[in-house]
Amino acid sequence: MSKFHLQINGKNYPVDAPQDETLLSVLRNRLNLTGTKYGCGEGQCGACTVLMDGAATRSCSVPAAAAAGAKITTIEGLEEDGKLTPVQEAFLEEGAYQCGYCTSGMIMSATSLLRDNHAPSEEQIVTAMNGNVCRCGTYPRILNAIKRASGQDAGGAR
Amino acid sequence: MTTRELQPLSDVNRRDFLKFLGGGLLVCLSPISSVAQESGRAFGGHELPADISAWIHIDPDGHVKVFTGKVEVGQNIRTSLAQAVAEELRAPFNSITMIMGDTDLVPWDMGTFGSRTTPTMAPQLRNMAVAGRELLLEMAAQRWNTDASKLIADSGRIKTSDGVKSITYGELTRGENLVKSVAGDPQLTPATEWKIAGSPVPKANGRDFVTGKHQFPSDIVRPGMLFGAVLRAEGYNAKLESIDTSAAEKLPGVKVVRDGDFTGVVADDAFTAQQAVAAIKAKWTIPDQPSNQGLFEYLKSNPDGHSNPEHQSGSVTDAFSAADVKLECQYTIEYIAHTPLEPRAAVAEWEDGKLTVWTGTQRPFGVHEELMRTFQLSPKQARVIQPDMGSGYGGKHTGEAAIEASRLARAAGKPVKVVWTREEEFTWAYFRPAGLAEIKSAARRDGALVSWEFHNYNSGPAAIGTPYEVSNQLIQFHPAKSPLRQGSYRGLAATFNHFARESNMDEMAHALKMDPLAFRLKNITNPRLRAVLQAAADKFRWTGTKSGPDRGIGMACGTDKGGFVATCAEVSIDPSTKKVRILRVVQAWECGAIVNPDGLRNQVQGALVQGIGGALFERILFSKGRVENPRFSKYRVPRFSDTPKVEIVLLDRKDLPSAGAGETGIVGIAPAIGNAIFAATGTRLRHMPLTPDGDAVRT
Repeated sequence: MSKFHLQINGKNYPVDAPQDETLLSVLRNRLNLTGTKYGCGEGQCGACTVLMDGAATRSCSVPAAAAAGAKITTIEGLEEDGKLTPVQEAFLEEGAYQCGYCTSGMIMSATSLLRDNHAPSEEQIVTAMNGNVCRCGTYPRILNAIKRASGQDAGGAR
Repeated sequence: MTTRELQPLSDVNRRDFLKFLGGGLLVCLSPISSVAQESGRAFGGHELPADISAWIHIDPDGHVKVFTGKVEVGQNIRTSLAQAVAEELRAPFNSITMIMGDTDLVPWDMGTFGSRTTPTMAPQLRNMAVAGRELLLEMAAQRWNTDASKLIADSGRIKTSDGVKSITYGELTRGENLVKSVAGDPQLTPATEWKIAGSPVPKANGRDFVTGKHQFPSDIVRPGMLFGAVLRAEGYNAKLESIDTSAAEKLPGVKVVRDGDFTGVVADDAFTAQQAVAAIKAKWTIPDQPSNQGLFEYLKSNPDGHSNPEHQSGSVTDAFSAADVKLECQYTIEYIAHTPLEPRAAVAEWEDGKLTVWTGTQRPFGVHEELMRTFQLSPKQARVIQPDMGSGYGGKHTGEAAIEASRLARAAGKPVKVVWTREEEFTWAYFRPAGLAEIKSAARRDGALVSWEFHNYNSGPAAIGTPYEVSNQLIQFHPAKSPLRQGSYRGLAATFNHFARESNMDEMAHALKMDPLAFRLKNITNPRLRAVLQAAADKFRWTGTKSGPDRGIGMACGTDKGGFVATCAEVSIDPSTKKVRILRVVQAWECGAIVNPDGLRNQVQGALVQGIGGALFERILFSKGRVENPRFSKYRVPRFSDTPKVEIVLLDRKDLPSAGAGETGIVGIAPAIGNAIFAATGTRLRHMPLTPDGDAVRT
């Protein structure tokens, strides 16, 4: 076991966990931050995506101890004083989900994409989001939500 | 109030239940109603009121709670059922709360599958809502000493027609303690007059999904909860030869639980639980068993019992031998996995001899029964709660994780959470059946079909009947002894039966040198099927779009479970690599009166996108009792880059009852793609998936 601190959503969390326990496991199973999801455990589905210093990161593939010192943002940390971010708003407006299990990871990946590229082309969105799986097949709507969040005409997949 | 704060229904009778809800009006439905077919049946010893299939409660604040055994798995039924109730009750959508899938609170229900919720549960709820509305009208009429026919129900209020007097439903039911049992089939509001139903109401609790607040089954946390993990056999049908758990037991806080064939562990945290189960040294012997090699021959030569034709008319033997144009073809399909993004998960808690399990399942009452059986419990001693879950697609009918968590929780004396790993979900859930179809078809030179012989081995009988007009038919499903555990999957065998049939119809059109659209229209008379076919072809600009060596167009159509679908696809073929790319798809859909056009569009599009996986690349590889590709890195599912431009055309038949729409939207895409590939390349692919080999067309 090792003791370290994690900076998550602007809060300081003391953690006592094995050296090789993943950030995902610590978030979900020790800190009860269950908005971040387990989907595959090998960085293939993106359900566990969080931001580390702003960059989309698969929390299932990072040891929590290695995340000490980074600014971590999870889905729970996006909303501020009851106000959703433009990406969250856009997912709501486009109805860009069915079961909603992939939604946290999708929103975190999209947030990171739009931080780096304010007006991504469709091709850039596909490339950036291709590591996120939606088994319900709502990709066209998610694509539109990301366009909407970036202020581009979504064109209406609905 | 959350469902968890409500008192278990099994402990109270209906009137006490109403009292517990704070008085008001409770409307129940008796199964005399012609639509109450599969809900509300009594079953072995269950003590919930067996004559009731659902109920609606209106409280003194005007809040409406609807209790149903159906569950939300992403198909948006929480929203569309609430719309139906709001419509008939004339209450605001936001006043409706759906209480779903909690075996202590809701009436027994068979489960959520088969696209049955919209055609069976929605009309029952609507019946009750109408009865509730009529009762409220009566109550107001009495209060105002007038005739109910002179009053109007609107937006949660009863008003006089001149609008002078007005009272809310809450005010009317305050201080009341009314139970109304509805038996008949009252006059429902026709779809042409719908105001709330029929409109694109957004997902009821959508905000909770974009903020991470919604608790899925795997997110449930209970006080003092431990984490469990289960030792898995090294292969199917494996026999445990020896086991050494000493290393696992030395890990801090770990308890090893053995119960017959079951070996599991509990620990204070999930990481240690996984480490502990990995530290168990077990030796297994795995018997010889079939693999992908020779699978279809195996299925054909290992029948599971005797079968009879599903349909037989005329003489296919005579008609086939006398026909001008004949085809004899074989089609095959591999096993695929559902891989819902949330794997099986359960949290189990024993308290004073009562077991409560939160779990992801399409059949809460099925899991309830499994728990009763496994742990010898009375119905009152078990409760299953299904939080809206990370999907199922037919893959979560069973209660494996629920039983495992319950076993571990009983041994540990504390609540225990079990979440399957992706590899466990791939290996120990069940699969969509593999299968083989053999078709002999024949037509006259003028394009009229004359003979249709169709045999399906193992895949299943769903949508096995042909919607084409053929006078000589022999259609038969042959159950086989499946080497892998198989079960339900979105659309069931309708996907493969449509793939085989629609590929064959395309082959026949080409053999006759007919346009595939013209051939279909010549042989299909069902107006609903013709309508979607024409709508898809028009939107796609079928006529006027040409296929060439690098680009092909294909179409398919079909019907099942009250839904009608036609799909047109355009694919490109890379001239050097032969790689296939789907460029665009148009899918037309009709399932009667549309309850929620936005939810419907989402379902139909989602089914199509999911179907791309099974069409092109999804397949389970197995040998020696093991799945060889139980990971997303080895089992490919559709991604953003696989998704073409998709246009969905919805036909709204307000004159027809609404059918379910969660499944049949999946059946058109595979044959449409296969037919498009043929149009471009001249290569006929008769195997699903079509291009497992790096997307390339191989002859």
